[in-house]
Amino acid sequence: MTETTAVADPGPTQPLLSGRTSRRWIVAATVITAIVALPVLSVIFLAFFPEENIWPHLIDTTLPRYLVTTLKLMIGVGALTLVIGLSSAWAVTMCEFPGRRFFEWAMLLPFAVPAYVIAYVYTSLLDYAGPVQRGLREWFGWQNASDYWFPEIRSLEGAMLMLGLVLYPYVYLLARAAFLEQSPSLFAVSRSLGHSALSTFFRVVLPIARPAVAVGLSLVLMETLNDFGTVDFFAVQTLTAGLFDTWMNLGNLGGAAQIATTMLVFVVILVSLERHSRRRQQQFAARDNRDPIRRFTMSFPRQMVCLAVCALPVIFGFIIPAGTLGLYAWEYFEESWNPDFVENTLNSLLLSGSAAFTTLVIGVILAYSRRLHNTRGMQVLLRLSSLGYAMPGAVLAVGVIVPLAGFDNWLDGLLRDSVGISSGLLLSGTAFALVFAYTVRFLAVSAGSVESALQNVTPSMDMAARSMGHTPGKTLLRVHLPMLRGTLLTAALVVFVDCMKELPATLILRPFNFETLATYVYQFASDERLFHSALPSLIIVLAGIVPIILMSRSISNTRAMT
Amino acid sequence: MTVTRTLVAAAAMALPLAASASGDVNIYSYRQAYLIEPLLKAFEKETGIDTNVVFAKKGLAERLEREGRNSPADVVMTVDISRLNELVERDLVQGVESPVLEENIPEHLRNPDGKWFALTTRARLIFTSKDRVKEGEITTYEQLADDKWEGRICTRSGKHPYNIALFSSMIAHHGEEWTEQWLQDVKDNLARKPQGGDRDQIKAIAEGVCDVSIGNSYYYGNMLQDENQRPIAEKVRLVFPNADGRGTHINISGIAMTKSAPNRENAVKLMEFLSSPEAQRIYAEANTEYPANPAVKPSGLVAEWGDIHPDSLPLQTIAENREKAVKLVDRVDYDGE
Repeated sequence: MTETTAVADPGPTQPLLSGRTSRRWIVAATVITAIVALPVLSVIFLAFFPEENIWPHLIDTTLPRYLVTTLKLMIGVGALTLVIGLSSAWAVTMCEFPGRRFFEWAMLLPFAVPAYVIAYVYTSLLDYAGPVQRGLREWFGWQNASDYWFPEIRSLEGAMLMLGLVLYPYVYLLARAAFLEQSPSLFAVSRSLGHSALSTFFRVVLPIARPAVAVGLSLVLMETLNDFGTVDFFAVQTLTAGLFDTWMNLGNLGGAAQIATTMLVFVVILVSLERHSRRRQQQFAARDNRDPIRRFTMSFPRQMVCLAVCALPVIFGFIIPAGTLGLYAWEYFEESWNPDFVENTLNSLLLSGSAAFTTLVIGVILAYSRRLHNTRGMQVLLRLSSLGYAMPGAVLAVGVIVPLAGFDNWLDGLLRDSVGISSGLLLSGTAFALVFAYTVRFLAVSAGSVESALQNVTPSMDMAARSMGHTPGKTLLRVHLPMLRGTLLTAALVVFVDCMKELPATLILRPFNFETLATYVYQFASDERLFHSALPSLIIVLAGIVPIILMSRSISNTRAMT
Repeated sequence: MTVTRTLVAAAAMALPLAASASGDVNIYSYRQAYLIEPLLKAFEKETGIDTNVVFAKKGLAERLEREGRNSPADVVMTVDISRLNELVERDLVQGVESPVLEENIPEHLRNPDGKWFALTTRARLIFTSKDRVKEGEITTYEQLADDKWEGRICTRSGKHPYNIALFSSMIAHHGEEWTEQWLQDVKDNLARKPQGGDRDQIKAIAEGVCDVSIGNSYYYGNMLQDENQRPIAEKVRLVFPNADGRGTHINISGIAMTKSAPNRENAVKLMEFLSSPEAQRIYAEANTEYPANPAVKPSGLVAEWGDIHPDSLPLQTIAENREKAVKLVDRVDYDGE
């Protein structure tokens, strides 16, 4: 039942995959992409109208430093997330050790902690007045900062650590889903041919999981590239710092849009390089659910290594930050408690839920259309629709305002001229604008994961279904979606939690008197009142955990399900 | 999947779909919502007019511009003269003629055409260690460049609007070339790479990382009001720089009416109310800022610091020098290692 083929050349599109009925899919995919790409195109459009040419000044002064810092940060965060994400996903999937079932979902916990929150927490713990240094001073009798050396948390290395700790779950989630969908017999075959477990991991398991891991890693790198909260707080000067400086301090939105577009091009090149390097591979693994994964039974010391590999990221990425927030929240409870929390939480949950659902549906339509018509055009469409993720949230928000307000004012003008009624702003400044922005921003997450999972389904499945008279739509509903249930849930989960944490676009686009948990936290944090933001921060984290647990259960259940 | 579907259905019902309500007054605010809340509550109580707020630190001007004549926003509230000036330059605000406002806000704290009005002022002060710096050892911004402070100064990023405004005022007083040298010297005196906010620099003095810092007056006031931070603030002395000369650099927070304001009358009422003694007292007490209305005294805490002698440089000049200041910060690589 297992079939893995490495095809040197994908060959012409299978005739059974196309057909007249599936032309609708092309139209749907094109229309959706056109709408979703509007904000990014708006930003690119703005880039043509700078207030003044920023480049000579930038190149003369800060640009080289921004570039070097950005690259270092991306390499550091990328390496950290790969090491943590892959090792823990492998341990949890393939090794038997105490607490394994717990870590299956607990590895995801740091994902619920926004990067800006973890940065605040570790700064308050590790700076001079924090408990760690105070303890050391009391222990060794040091008097002040000049008596000893202590690593500076507000540094490039600190930012790498913070971002790595909260972003590794992208790699973990996608790698684990890929490991789960691999057939265990592949592993057995490799071992029987004399490869060690390690060598099998690198030569068989990882290459098959590579599309998924690449998606996870590219999400990590894009988040890193776009992060403003953490790097700003740590005074790490990346390209994003230069972008906001150009926008806010020089009042040059067009110049800022140029930097954003440059970053976009950079991301596109990065992703294309990765794809190009595996263009000659195509794998289809028909999953065999009747052949359960046989986990390694290991010696006690090795079990402890597995335990450490899983426990450390969770301790540093979740338990310490959440625990610290809990303490602060307790101390400042009287001043922080606010009856609006219930409403804010509901706002966050509803918005994130709607966006996760929309994003998933669109992601499936786009990825499946590409499967039906694996043409250059469809590939370009899919890439285009995912660009929103490669832009800082605040810039994207401006990109969202442009078409929405443009449409509103166009319609309003039309109605005023023809029937004398003003329709005002129908879309701008509404919850719709927020869901639209989230969808544009996070479509890369769902489309990417669905696409990489679909690639692993052998086309013979489609052919069988189609030869039995199913339309492409029915095939999707009855064959692919049930098979990919785990991946779909994973994608929805990631988008949901991402939306819960989303800040810059929410701030700019929201309706009047509208707070999500993230915006509520931000108003205190941005005024240097960290303690007051502890309670709502904790609520973001807790609200993010519930779906993580629920969905993680469904993901591991997919393996047992036939 | 059903869970998600229920969520979507609930979202459709629960989320506000209308962008605004009429008969209210709608505010785009660069100031944190909780900071202006007590003021708005008092306004609602007095007038019965409801207020609606969107708070963001960036992007609201772009939103206003794109929403155009249909924008629901009536007023913009913001800090930093440069932001107010930008609203004028981009033609997003309109002049307001109000005898009340003109009575309450002194001429140098408002736009000549009524296109913005200051509501509070804040002084950019020098903070020194009570233990390691003698009283009177530093009294001017210019002295920050002296060799004696080598490795002893902490500041936040040079790109922060509050620092940019200070540097702009230095350019206005001394010229660009002189200021560049001054800023280079200040940079050479830094104890660490610029980071954190103004409060963090005061903390750094308490910790012994540095002896001198620059910061806005109300941060210090807020620290004194916070039980846990008071011991830190008490290790630090505040200095009103250039008090005996041209005066201390000040910046403002202010309000402007949007060009498209749909609720013009209500907006004027809000602006007038915010300049009234009642509202100005709330500003002074809640955030330890200096009231713009000269009839209102600063809070007791702020008054203890002594009288302020503000620099009489027109705010407009500070806004005009902003770009030069930003580029200067890049040239000396102030935020670099």
